[in-house]
Amino acid sequence: MKVLDTALFASQALRRAPMRTSMMLLAIAIGVAAVVTLTGVGEAARRFVSAEFASLGTNSLIVLPGKADTSGSGLTGMLIGETARDLTLDDVIAIARNPRITRVAPVVVGAGNASWRSRSREVTVIGTSADMREIQRWELQAGRFLPQLDLDVASPVCVVGSIIAEEVINSNRVVGEWLRIGDVRCRVLGVMAQGGISGAFNLDESVFLPVANAQQLFNSPGVFRIIVETRERADMDPIRRYIVDTVRERHQGVEDITVITQDAVLSTFDSIFGVITMALAGIAAISLLVAGVLIMNVMLVAVSQRTSEIGLLKAIGATHNQIVAIFLTEAAWLAALGAACGLGVGYTVSYGLGVAYPILDFRAPVWASAAAVAIALISGVVFGLAPARRAAKLDPVFALTR
Amino acid sequence: MIKLRGICRDYEVGDETVHALDHIELDIAAGEYISIMGPSGSGKSTLLNILGLLDKPTAGIYELDGSDVSDLPDDHLAQVRRQKIGFIFQSFHLVSRLTAHENVELPMLLMGTNKKERRQRAEEVLDSVGLRSRLDHRPDQLSGGERQRVAIARAIVMRPSFLLADEPTGNLDSKSGGEIISIVEDLNSQGIGLVVVTHDPDLGDRARRHLRMVDGRIHSDNPRKSA
Repeated sequence: MKVLDTALFASQALRRAPMRTSMMLLAIAIGVAAVVTLTGVGEAARRFVSAEFASLGTNSLIVLPGKADTSGSGLTGMLIGETARDLTLDDVIAIARNPRITRVAPVVVGAGNASWRSRSREVTVIGTSADMREIQRWELQAGRFLPQLDLDVASPVCVVGSIIAEEVINSNRVVGEWLRIGDVRCRVLGVMAQGGISGAFNLDESVFLPVANAQQLFNSPGVFRIIVETRERADMDPIRRYIVDTVRERHQGVEDITVITQDAVLSTFDSIFGVITMALAGIAAISLLVAGVLIMNVMLVAVSQRTSEIGLLKAIGATHNQIVAIFLTEAAWLAALGAACGLGVGYTVSYGLGVAYPILDFRAPVWASAAAVAIALISGVVFGLAPARRAAKLDPVFALTR
Repeated sequence: MIKLRGICRDYEVGDETVHALDHIELDIAAGEYISIMGPSGSGKSTLLNILGLLDKPTAGIYELDGSDVSDLPDDHLAQVRRQKIGFIFQSFHLVSRLTAHENVELPMLLMGTNKKERRQRAEEVLDSVGLRSRLDHRPDQLSGGERQRVAIARAIVMRPSFLLADEPTGNLDSKSGGEIISIVEDLNSQGIGLVVVTHDPDLGDRARRHLRMVDGRIHSDNPRKSA
């Protein structure tokens, strides 16, 4: 019996039982569609978080005071500001001397009171440099960001977040107004675009000052962290070593800083979301196995319904393998058609989700679609094997009397 | 050419052994026309199944066209059935989702014959049983007599040496039954051996050789009484 003839014979049997066939197709299609959609959702979350962090720039380094080690005051200690020894502006200036470093943004953070005429509000004061905006790709809705100044030069200017601009400065022209931060007056140069969040800080409620002003305001020479952007990605490792060496020299040979790369943060998130996506895919794949069991059940029913046909095929000379091939081909057809429908449904649902939530990208990864189709086919054939063998083993005399 | 020597077929029913066939000795020459009659349970259907290689004897030797087929593996038996034996059943056994010509093509499909030749030969044999105009009808669109003619066409399309018919007219009215008988007798006159199992004495009497079975044995084996 030729392969094509077997395929046609099997497909004819399926077409003549449309109810049974469509129920099986539905079961498999749901499984495949679930894999495609769920992995798409997992990937969308991963891509979203990655993109948020990548907005910091992929060739950025973050320098934190304190050494990350396994003692009590590890990285966590540093993040909450518990430092062994402060990084200073002089350290920043020393680091910035390397020509492979294109931008340097020291960051000083504290709470302060911003007031305009009679209004005042507790705000987050962020002291930084003009480079910060370039590194973070911040947008402004009005005016401009902090000017390029020498890092240790103070200037009575500031940039305000959108909520400060709306609620504190009750003027139709925010840029150019004088805002009081603590007991220092500064002129507003610009207003940040809405919706910025950087780490734990809500930029909408922040005021940005030149770093030297912020240090004066807080009366502290320390720098919370330094963000460094290198000329190229390949510079990341040498620059990291350079920063560690430079600061160690300045700190009497004590290595008391930590340099983390954007990559390290990103890859952590990547692996977390990778695991989530795999888990979702695994759950969905179970539904494919369930569909496989359904194939087995329905094929077993088909075998008993078609016992007399099997008897006849044997009487007119069908061999064991031919009968197995006929029923296995039916199962394979079901699995393949079901998988195709499932891919169609899955991609349609993903597309629909993408339309509903345009900031997320719900495309399923290719490996997930391929794995879903493969599992559908394998489970179809594996679970189709038992009914096919049962059909082939039927005693023809018995089968013909059914 | 069929030669049965000491054929037994035992069934285990509970603790008892039933001897459905008990040391059958039988020679059938090519082109013979034989009827097998006898009461229910006498073993005539079992004998037909053994002859048709659907069932294997418990003991004894079966030679078909000079070769011993009593101990062949199942797949070999399937091939021998495909080439040498045509079956006609009381309930026709057509595949209901297939058209007349597709049903007739089935044995050739299993052989791997190409589509064009299948179609052509199926049309020829359907034409020879008078179903030229019913090629693309499905069984549920055909009368009983027409269905049995499709089944005959399927049985002869591989040009077998023997046709084995189990109550071929059992589900038909007498007119259709008569047509069926004249078709198979016509085939017999062209040289195909014909073995008919029946309860119907009129049908049985038409054969040139009459076997009568009782309790798994051949009780009598007579040529037709010249009328």
